[in-house]
Amino acid sequence: MLIFECPYCGVMADETELAPGGEAHLTRVGAGADEADFEGYLFHRKNPRGVHFERWRHAAGCGKWFHAARDTMNLEVFGTYSAQVFAPPKELVAVIKKKRPDWEGWV
Amino acid sequence: MRRYSAFAIAREAARYHTGWERAWRSPAPKKEYDVIIIGAGGHGLATAYYLGKNHGITNIAVLEKGWLGGGNTGRNTTIIRSNYLQDASAAIYEKARSLYETMSQDLNMNVMFSPRGVMMLAQTEAEKRGYLRTAHANALQGVQTDFIPPARVKELVPIINLTGPRYPVLGALWQARGGTARHDAVAWGYARACSDMGMDIIQKCEVTGIEQAAGQVTAVQTTRGRIGCGKLAMVVAGHSTALADMAGFRLPIESVPLQALVSEPIKPAINVVVMANTVHGYMSQSDKGELVIGGGADGYNSYTQRGSFHHVEETVRALVETFPMISRLKMMRQWGGIVDMTGDRSPILSRTPLGGCFINAGWGTGGFKSIPGSGWAMAELVANGTPGSLASAFGLERFREGRFIDESVAAGVAH
Repeated sequence: MLIFECPYCGVMADETELAPGGEAHLTRVGAGADEADFEGYLFHRKNPRGVHFERWRHAAGCGKWFHAARDTMNLEVFGTYSAQVFAPPKELVAVIKKKRPDWEGWV
Repeated sequence: MRRYSAFAIAREAARYHTGWERAWRSPAPKKEYDVIIIGAGGHGLATAYYLGKNHGITNIAVLEKGWLGGGNTGRNTTIIRSNYLQDASAAIYEKARSLYETMSQDLNMNVMFSPRGVMMLAQTEAEKRGYLRTAHANALQGVQTDFIPPARVKELVPIINLTGPRYPVLGALWQARGGTARHDAVAWGYARACSDMGMDIIQKCEVTGIEQAAGQVTAVQTTRGRIGCGKLAMVVAGHSTALADMAGFRLPIESVPLQALVSEPIKPAINVVVMANTVHGYMSQSDKGELVIGGGADGYNSYTQRGSFHHVEETVRALVETFPMISRLKMMRQWGGIVDMTGDRSPILSRTPLGGCFINAGWGTGGFKSIPGSGWAMAELVANGTPGSLASAFGLERFREGRFIDESVAAGVAH
């Protein structure tokens, strides 16, 4: 069972009180973008075997959205961080890189 | 290939079963093939079989990372039905269901197809309206389904509890020609028939890279060396994204675990397949007497081949309310398979941006029932280079063009 620490209320929440929100840090394209970009934004996903950054919502708790980093191969949680950022914090990336030397890094 | 028959059993019984042949050969890979299919599950083997049978292409290798039929083909709940709302899905699933009817004769392998009937319970007013609509759509598509009242449900499934209390049974969408089949036998039957046509099934051979020249696929790199190919078909379900990354294109797919469990064996108690989509549970009884139970999919990406434990609780809770007599049964095994969910929850049978490379993916939770239809349509696509009538609606371009085949609305979670 996945357990995340909500970065807002500090609760250690298991997945039954969380709502998954899919891949994080997608580049949002707006009106006027070309169709290929729009298709990518709406549908194309990295779906990696390994390190994955995601959006989650503490649905049955404080109700806030946050970000989490997780390994899709063994469900190890690397950490959670604020929803108000466009990229994962450098410290977290360093922690993951140390644990997963083969990881291509945050791109 | 020696044919399987009653006489063969008698002959072998008379000589201590010393004459059975291996069902398929395990050759070393050749330098080059006309067509390479990645993935020796049901879909990959069916693609190879119909390429040989319908299109006369037999210089084929089917590469498999693990063992034959060891992925989702061996992990599903073996349900076969074709009561879909959208025309394109009804057509390909009905093709598959009709091919299942004659598969044992066609492959000379008893796949134990059992058209015992599939019942999808309507447990909310909205679901009831949805199934009435599906029944009308099926009538127009030539797929035999009926919307049946609760009394008929009780007649077909005496152990069911109709009155809820949370979700009373308001009726059901009934497909009498749906049912189950022996999942391993489907993979083994196709493999045996493919091997007999001279195709090479190469197990424990993982693809590690895809070579291309001038926008055309030329070869694959594997753990057993480089193998050249004229055409390449990717048929690997949950791991499609990893292969697409090697070939250099992106997919609208996310991989999630879908889980199932079986109970201890009991005497015959239920002789149809019951699906309850509102409460996320479906159940049938296997020939060994185990209740085969399918549950929900996790809501987040994972390749772990095991689902979240709370889904087991949700599924079992729903089924105990629906079938009170199972409340004290012990569950023997629980497992998960990695399913590939597309943006519109419908499959992809398509050309790709890489020339000569085709993909069959995104069957999500509807993979087993579609095996023969998927193989038939994929073989047509690979042989001709353009999709036939069954596959034409399932191209990758539909996501850009907005032509979705929106079955997630029609079928709920249990696809």
